[in-house]
Amino acid sequence: MISSRTISAAATETIGEPIVNIGIFLLFVAVTLVIVFRASRNNRTAADYYAAGRSFTGPQNGTAISGDYLSAASFLGIAGAIAINGYDGFLFSIGFLVAWLVALLLVAELMRNTARFTMADVLSFRLRERPVRMAAATSTLAVSFFYLLAQMAGAGGLVALLLGVTDKAGQALVIAVVGIIMIIYVLVGGMKGTTWVQIVKAALLITGAGIMTLWVLGKYGFNLSALLGDAIAAGGETGAALIEPGKQYGATGTSRLDFISLSIALVLGTAGLPHILMRFYTVPTAKEARRSVVWAIWLIGIFYLFTLVLGYGAAALVGPETIAAAPGAANSAAPLLAFALGGTLLLGFIAAVAFATILAVVAGLTITASASFAHDVYANVIKRGEVAPDAEVKVARRTAVVIGVVAIGGGILANGQNIAFLVALAFAVAASANLPTILYSLFWKRFNTRGALWSIYGGLISCVTLIVFSPVVSGKPISEATGRSPSMLQPPIDFQWFPLDNPGLVSIPLAFFLGWLGSVTSKEPTSTRAIEMEVRAFTGIGAEKATGH
Amino acid sequence: MSTVGRQDAQVPAAGGDVYERVYADPRYVELRKRHRNFVFPLAGLFLGWYFLYVLMADYAHDFMSTKVVGNINIALIFGLLQFVSTFAITMWYVRFADRKLDPLADELRNEVEGGAA
Repeated sequence: MISSRTISAAATETIGEPIVNIGIFLLFVAVTLVIVFRASRNNRTAADYYAAGRSFTGPQNGTAISGDYLSAASFLGIAGAIAINGYDGFLFSIGFLVAWLVALLLVAELMRNTARFTMADVLSFRLRERPVRMAAATSTLAVSFFYLLAQMAGAGGLVALLLGVTDKAGQALVIAVVGIIMIIYVLVGGMKGTTWVQIVKAALLITGAGIMTLWVLGKYGFNLSALLGDAIAAGGETGAALIEPGKQYGATGTSRLDFISLSIALVLGTAGLPHILMRFYTVPTAKEARRSVVWAIWLIGIFYLFTLVLGYGAAALVGPETIAAAPGAANSAAPLLAFALGGTLLLGFIAAVAFATILAVVAGLTITASASFAHDVYANVIKRGEVAPDAEVKVARRTAVVIGVVAIGGGILANGQNIAFLVALAFAVAASANLPTILYSLFWKRFNTRGALWSIYGGLISCVTLIVFSPVVSGKPISEATGRSPSMLQPPIDFQWFPLDNPGLVSIPLAFFLGWLGSVTSKEPTSTRAIEMEVRAFTGIGAEKATGH
Repeated sequence: MSTVGRQDAQVPAAGGDVYERVYADPRYVELRKRHRNFVFPLAGLFLGWYFLYVLMADYAHDFMSTKVVGNINIALIFGLLQFVSTFAITMWYVRFADRKLDPLADELRNEVEGGAA
């Protein structure tokens, strides 16, 4: 019935027609640039630049959130993880989805009601402004930087796979072009333009994944069990393990603990990701913020159901070994499946969507990081609030250019490095440094400045320290298949002492504990603004309104 | 306005006493009680359900690998149920917020901001 295991020969080289892939991608860039220029007409005030005038509707913003959230890591990464590691890949997607309930129930609306542009706005409402702004901006910039670097480095591998550019200089050029287009989006379009890029990208991504899902299921008469059976058969000796948990994480007691650590970071990290939090400010009311999250949950959930089918579909129709041997390894599962199903044209479409995904996510991160620097560090910490909004936006634009250049440079340097762990690190830092302080400041009146500082810096420093001394950086044994250690640094460099890849199991409880300890040991009186903040959070009194254009 | 980070401009003549007044209003007390009584138990519930699933997938391989129909095993069903529960909780919360939270919040907000809008 299935006749497409013939592509294994082609898979060792570039697949499809690079010209078609590039052509479809350029079309996406052209269309989005037109949209961005049209959206840029009203981009004068800070509320326009950072928050798109708070004029998006819930459904629009929800679609943009899913565009921001469904990074290349979750599209190519999860489909590939399912194709190679089977069920364990599916576990990721569940963590990424359930996490949205934290955002829906505890964070989105209350944040929308109490802040203007950044996470630090919420914290500084009733805590001592300058130190908490500095702390919140530091962790925002750290999370954005880790996430950004992971996206840009991933672009290099995609270039090799999809455009047939194999030499490092050519890849560097493509990374630079991607970065420059992204900077144009952010500079010209501000939050409004960036949001439209996310919306277009989300629509393309979810439609493309949906078509492929129906196609795969159609081949099996919409019988999931038959699809799984074929995946098992294609997996050979280890095939049966594809549908059982534990293929990747079940190996040892340590790897099981690692899995728990990762699960905690995923489920608690989402509601602390700064580029997601910032999206709640682009809608006019808390009710629209709620609708945004509801739309995002549906879109993201349906998309992850698609990736389940795509992952097993790639295992069944392409084969786990072929995928593992292709350039880009696990990341190539979805593109290889597209080629097996629809040939050059579908591959070109999926390849273009993958590039669009990187572009859109990087743009979202850049605008968030530049807003945090300009609004928190420059306007409120350095200038102590004595700055005209125009000047602040000017600083934000300049920061965006600097961040874009750093991202390009970092992406070129990190190209080919094994830095996929940076996404997990970004979630761990978000869950440790950001979420505890957000929850405490929204729900615990006794929370104070010392608690916030201990929690943010404690969470951030413990996360980064544990990662540096973890096996992802050094000390993993050399793999027989590749002759290299899966760690970032190769032997004999080995300074690993923390056993887990993911620090969340330690750093998240630690950050919650430090937030509590700092608060109860501080003599700082409860701020008079605590009551005001709570009333605003629950009723929306005094919340920022949409600007009228 | 000297502090860009604060946002007092939206509520004219809204000194601290406006918020003190709303804070003491029985409708506000009720609003806060409804919110907390709904959101906290539900958050505990879905986190508990999620971690039960994670622990089962991590430490109960044999049970999770039990096949139910064809190649569909308990692990897959359990995983799909996490999707179902997430969608269900989302709809449940929206229904609750629309009916039980928004009317109170709107009423309080309109009273304070009504004259100023």
